[in-house]
Amino acid sequence: MILFLLALACLAGGGLLALATYSRPRLAATCGLVGALLGTGFALVPALAVLTGGGSLACDYPWTVPAGRFTLLLDPLAAFFILPIALLAFLCAIYAIGYLQDYPRPTALGAHWFFFNVLVAGLLLVVTAANTVLFLAAWEIMTVGSFFLIALEHRQTEVRQAAWLYLVLAHLALMFLFAFFISAGVHCGSLAFADFARLAQLPEATATLLAALAIAGFGVKAGLFPLHVWLPDAHPAAPSHVSALMSGVVVKTGIYGILRVVGLLPTAAPEIGLVLMLLGGAGALYGIAMATLQRDIKRCLAYSTVENVGIIFLGLGLGFYALRHGQPALAALAFAGGLLHCWNHTLFKGLMFLGAGSLLHATGSRDMNQMGGLLQRMPWSGTLLIGGSLAIAALPPFNGLVSEWLLYLALLQSGLPAEGFGGLAPLLLVGVLGLTGALALVAFSRLLGIALLGEPRTPAARQAHEAAPSMLVPMCLLLFCCLAIGLLPQLAVGLLIPPLAELVPGAGELIAPRLAPLAEFGRWGGYLLGGLGAATLALLWLLRQRPGALASTWGCGFAFPTPRMAYTGEAYAELTRNHLLPAVLRPLPEGSAAVSGLFPRLVSRLQRSLDPILTRLYLPLVEDIAGRCVRLRWLQQGRLPVYLFYIFVTCAVLMAWVILEDHGWRGIR
Amino acid sequence: MFGLSNLCLLLVILLNFFTLGSSRLVACIRAVALQGALLALLPILLHGFSPHAVLLATIALLLKGIFIPWLLLRAMNEVRIRRDVEPLIGYVPTLILGALITAAAFIFADFLPLQPQHQGGLFIPTALATLSAGFLLLMTRRKAITQVLGYLMLENGIFVFGILLSEAMPLLVEAGVLLDLLVGIFVMGIVMNHINREFSSLNTERLSALKE
Repeated sequence: MILFLLALACLAGGGLLALATYSRPRLAATCGLVGALLGTGFALVPALAVLTGGGSLACDYPWTVPAGRFTLLLDPLAAFFILPIALLAFLCAIYAIGYLQDYPRPTALGAHWFFFNVLVAGLLLVVTAANTVLFLAAWEIMTVGSFFLIALEHRQTEVRQAAWLYLVLAHLALMFLFAFFISAGVHCGSLAFADFARLAQLPEATATLLAALAIAGFGVKAGLFPLHVWLPDAHPAAPSHVSALMSGVVVKTGIYGILRVVGLLPTAAPEIGLVLMLLGGAGALYGIAMATLQRDIKRCLAYSTVENVGIIFLGLGLGFYALRHGQPALAALAFAGGLLHCWNHTLFKGLMFLGAGSLLHATGSRDMNQMGGLLQRMPWSGTLLIGGSLAIAALPPFNGLVSEWLLYLALLQSGLPAEGFGGLAPLLLVGVLGLTGALALVAFSRLLGIALLGEPRTPAARQAHEAAPSMLVPMCLLLFCCLAIGLLPQLAVGLLIPPLAELVPGAGELIAPRLAPLAEFGRWGGYLLGGLGAATLALLWLLRQRPGALASTWGCGFAFPTPRMAYTGEAYAELTRNHLLPAVLRPLPEGSAAVSGLFPRLVSRLQRSLDPILTRLYLPLVEDIAGRCVRLRWLQQGRLPVYLFYIFVTCAVLMAWVILEDHGWRGIR
Repeated sequence: MFGLSNLCLLLVILLNFFTLGSSRLVACIRAVALQGALLALLPILLHGFSPHAVLLATIALLLKGIFIPWLLLRAMNEVRIRRDVEPLIGYVPTLILGALITAAAFIFADFLPLQPQHQGGLFIPTALATLSAGFLLLMTRRKAITQVLGYLMLENGIFVFGILLSEAMPLLVEAGVLLDLLVGIFVMGIVMNHINREFSSLNTERLSALKE
């Protein structure tokens, strides 16, 4: 535990030093970097120790805040989340050296490194805090830290808007969390997590309400389906290493919260699990369908995060549902799939965002229609992106397949033996998961095909340069981890046993028979990799023997093809847009009507893929509420004494209320 | 000991009335400074010569009794205002309101669920009365300086509460109060400076021009 506290101290110290030396950007960056690397390095050790050795670490110090104690508990579930947090933050910090090297406003970097360290420290605290006050404080530190990181380029309007949307939604969620924690604290008579075990005796209705509050509060951060609207805006707005961190681990803290809290409420209605499952399935399908429509590569990746979070919730929901129905073996399998997908998503989405950052750094644009032909100019980044895409589309021999395979197994196992209509939902979700996988293939082949292959579409893409080594090394390590989990899945799932045992008692023995085929799985992945490698070498050798004629890619037989004739991202996504999405979700093209007449006038048409849930559901709702609130404008007199009077009256009424509560109305009389 | 602290508290209440009823700014500032100095005595009177109480008393005396009034007097000399003309509510009605509020505070304090050693003392009513008198000053006066005075008085009221709690929650309450006070002064200072520069007057009524 000393090491963990030392990690927090390193992060805080590095961050503060970076802030203090902001006027000398190189020194500030060094301080921030060293703090982040030391801190995450130190945090990795106890997490690994807990995951491999079992048991848990704890520390407890008095804290002067009322009802708060500085209680940290590093149990297997916390360790499960610390591992990806520390690993990804370590790699993102290294990546940031190259990414921020020629940043135009170097004096802003001191604050940037400060908030980076603050965010990492907040993340580590969130997953280990075992006291409500400490937890909420850490949660808020994390939110505010990530807000400032997103807003690095705050001079651009869209970045500011995205950051505000994030902040507003995060605080809306915080209100739900306050409601949850305060009512839980009142029920238990204490704000320490250790005493929350008493929540197990709640009646079903109260427990369900509390679980719903917690899911709404944590779901916003996690990007659960109808609450995900901040994600597609915030991820592209942030600098790439921050997007990787946000998508890879900040989103996971929401999942952590739901896991931690819903497990405390065993009497909640079993439909909670079912609802989580269905929302997860809907989110997976919705996220990946929207991802195929985006031309902004980072927005596409952000929607893919919605998809992956949906898949994770699918597993967790099934786990809760099965646990409530007394099927611990099935629950263990579903949780294993969901948890492993958490790790996998951190690895491959981190890789993809860092890779997208390299493309952005090289071409100065996030629009895939402005790229093209980058594989030739950036072979390393391009190859790493291809590897990441294979992993994210759940293709062998990478890690995505392992976790999705576990989920398929769990869904089939819950659906097949059921009688009547009981098995319908899980079996339908198998179909949804399959469709999601197919669409993921479309989305990522589109991303790679349009951005990396073909001919450069703009001069900027023609002059693209390979990323710096400090940017490539973290990506290589991430891809290596993806491959390692894909080839040795039994080891990764072995590490999952302690946190699983915390969620499902006796999970180790229950899941053991399921894990036997996993080793075989990895071996076949190895054969496949070897076979593909051999085939590639053979093809290269053949190509060298018989050099063919050079022609432009996708020339389509034209005599003088230009890059404008190549497929665009929109063209590639035509299938999803016109045949898969229901009309309400389709992006509406803006601009003038169709071409007509013999000598048609100039027409322009633009398709922007805004989030339909945000633009067609939330924004009209908020505008409606704002419209109704105009009637209250007379309250706002714009005079200081009047506002002070309001404060005074509120205080007086609150004090009177306290007295009346205490004495009862009759006591006054 | 108890008699002395009660005397102090009575003086504090009287100073409330004096500040509510006076239109001369210098006199008001001096009254609030005296009130701060009297309050600084209270921790020692209540808890004896413990190091904690002495520390608290010293800080309170330096801040409330000397530093902030000196700052205000200096600010006043710079902007050359002597009296607060035309308050929103006249001086006599303010005084009557103050008396009513003080009476209400005494009645209200009887109903509060208090610890036995605080029951019946002058502390709670004085705290409430000072708090509301500060609020009244904030609400009824127009000049920024008088409003700072009102804010100070409000903080004095909170400080009286804090003294009672200083055994149960050592240092936290007081640090909070003193810090709060500093922040308040800074905020008001900034506001005053801005009003001075932008509107060339210290009248907060002009702030309503900023209304959306």
